[in-house]
Parts: sequence; C-alpha cells; structure tokens
Amino acid sequence: MKQSPPQISSLTAAMIAVRNDRDRDAFAQLFDHFAPRLKGFIMRSGTGSGQAEEIVQEVMLTVWRKADQFDPERAQVSAWIYQITRNRQIDVIRKENKPLPEELGEDPSAEPDASQILAVEQEAGQLKNALGRLKPDQREMIEKAYLGELTHQEISTQTGLPLGTIKSRIRLGLEKLRHELKELR
Amino acid sequence: MTTITHHVPDALLAAYAAGSLPQPFALAVAAHISLCLDCRATYEAHLASGGAVLETSSAEVVSAGLKANVLDLLDAPIDSKPVYQRSGVYPGPVMEALNGKPPRWKSLGLGVRQSILSDGTDGSVRLLYIPPGRAVPDHSHSGLELTLVLQGSFSDETGRFGVGDLEVADQAVEHTPVADAGAPCICLAATDAPLRFNSLLPRLLQPLFRI
Ligand SMILES: [Zn+2]
Repeated sequence: MKQSPPQISSLTAAMIAVRNDRDRDAFAQLFDHFAPRLKGFIMRSGTGSGQAEEIVQEVMLTVWRKADQFDPERAQVSAWIYQITRNRQIDVIRKENKPLPEELGEDPSAEPDASQILAVEQEAGQLKNALGRLKPDQREMIEKAYLGELTHQEISTQTGLPLGTIKSRIRLGLEKLRHELKELR
Repeated sequence: MTTITHHVPDALLAAYAAGSLPQPFALAVAAHISLCLDCRATYEAHLASGGAVLETSSAEVVSAGLKANVLDLLDAPIDSKPVYQRSGVYPGPVMEALNGKPPRWKSLGLGVRQSILSDGTDGSVRLLYIPPGRAVPDHSHSGLELTLVLQGSFSDETGRFGVGDLEVADQAVEHTPVADAGAPCICLAATDAPLRFNSLLPRLLQPLFRI
C-alpha cells in the first residue's frame, strides 16, 4: 500500500487502498465502520433486521466491486456509500432500477491531489456539524428527505443544509477530472 | 457544448439524490446531469448530505456471521449489468431506457413523431421529434412535466430551450412549445400523469395511440 498523505482520514485511506490495491484488511475496516451504521440507517425506514442485513451485505459487496468508481476528490466514502445504499433499497423495495447519470470515468494516471481530498473531507465534516446543530424538527425533516420519505414538493430548500461551499469544492474536482479525461483522449 | 441555462430545481435534485422521484422524472434528471456539470455538482453535494445522515445514524449490531459472509463473497463471480454509453444525442440513461437500440418513432402527424420509453402508473416518458416551425401539440395535464432538449431547440411562452436545457412545467402552465429553425428538435418528455392532447388528435383516439 502506497504511503497516504498524513492527514487524510483512515476511512478515505482504506477506501483508496481497496480501490487501488484490492486490500482486504482495509475493506474489513470499512465493514466494521459502516455495516452497523448502514443497518441502523436502513432500519429507520421500517425494514426488518433480517432484510436490512441482506441489503447491508449487497451494499458492502458493491463497495468492493465498484471501488474503481470511488473518487475521493469529489466524494467522501459516506456520500458514495449513501448513493449505493439508496439505489439498493429502491431495487429491493420498489423492484425498479433508478436511472443513474453517466459515469465520468476515472483517470488512471492521475496522482491523487491530497489537498483536494482533504478539502472535500473538511466540507463534508462541516455538513455533518451543521446537521448536528439543527433544531430537532428541522433535523428530522432533513433526515426524512434523505431517507427518501419526502416527495420533491415536500422538500423545502429553505430548511436545507448549506450546500454552497461543498458544491463549489465538488465542482473543482469534477472540472479537474473532465480536464484530465480530455487530455487522455 | 452549448451553454445550459435551464437547470434542475434544487428540490428535484434533492429528491433525485434521495431516490424519491417517480421513475420518469428520475430518468429526465439523470439525463440532464449527464449533460450538466453544474447540476452534477449539486447532486453530489446532496449525496454528501445523505452521507452525513448515514454517518450520524445510530448503529445497530450486525449478526456475528455477516462480516465473514461478505468477505467470502468478495471474489464470487457476478453477472455484471451492461453499461450504456451515450450514443449520438442520447445520454447514457436514455440509451439504457432504449435498451441500447435506436428509438422506434411513431408518427403523430405533421412530421411530429414520438417514441414511448415507458408508460405506467407512475407516469410516462417518451422522446419527441419536432420538425422546425412545428408545434408540439398543445396539451394540458394534471401533473408536472419535465422536458429535456437533446437536439435543436424550442421556444414557448416562457423562453428558449436549447440542448441540455430542462423545462419544468406544472398544471398552471398551458404552454405551446414550437421547434426553432435549424435541426429538428428532439426532446425527452416525462410526466407523472397521462398526457392529454387538446388539438391535433381527438380524445377518442387516445387509447389507440397511447398518448
Ligand atoms: Zn443543470
């Protein structure tokens, strides 16, 4: 495993090790962190313990299989796993596949940009803090929205989390990727 | 790439990220994100919010054998689903809805054509082909309609819509989009209610033509 820059969180480093080196110990570390949270998250929508564990299993297997789609310059591990989880829940509960945007592809030659990765982590940390600071009823609305329990008419952008700064940071990651992909072609 | 000026409203992007949009709208949003870096950034910011909700969810103890099970299955063979690439003017998610094949156009008269991608209880989504100067048959509807331009452009009472632009119209809007001069306009139209055309075809013919 390559030497990771010092301050990147251990979860991001583990995910990069899974992606680049198919590192099973790093995967086990991700499992230990995410499996119980995932089970809790899935059960909040009323899914029973047994079925929740089946979904956890599928999600964690997808994390391993689709690791090459993980881009730490745009997403924290939790954001990436959240997307996989909601897709899987829709698949299981509604029996349909959610249409997904085209993948942008990854640039195998690119050196990871530690400062960009750290900035994404920092913004995601602030988002988590902002969630924690909300009044209980506001927080419940946000949680319901991301659990998929609100229609788009019910989602009020007024009570949402402040997404401006993380959006600009993700946008930088996207522009860098698009630029690198263009150079490859 | 032309500049996109009509984007997905934030509440729709949040609902899309959370997976709570009806299938026809989810397809239109996925197709727009495939063409628009700005909405992709907002969408991914919503995924980050979802990730924060996941991170702060209270943990539930998992069964003793689950981890060993998952580790055993890591290298098990899997049937991988096909990945649909963009083809011509059609973004990947639209190609997926087309099962990788070109659209099968059916004439609606006056050179206007449609190709229905899906039609069900949660709404319908189809491609429309409109020659320059032709109007998309005027329609009123009871729900929301998203129209994404894939080729050419159209204009209506609310403005001009070019490639990548998404028009969001609710029942309050009785609009008459007309394809602009130039290439025929091809767009993806998604609704959460059955469409009813006010002109061009009598109501009686609706079941026959599935419009
Ligand atoms: Zn956009």
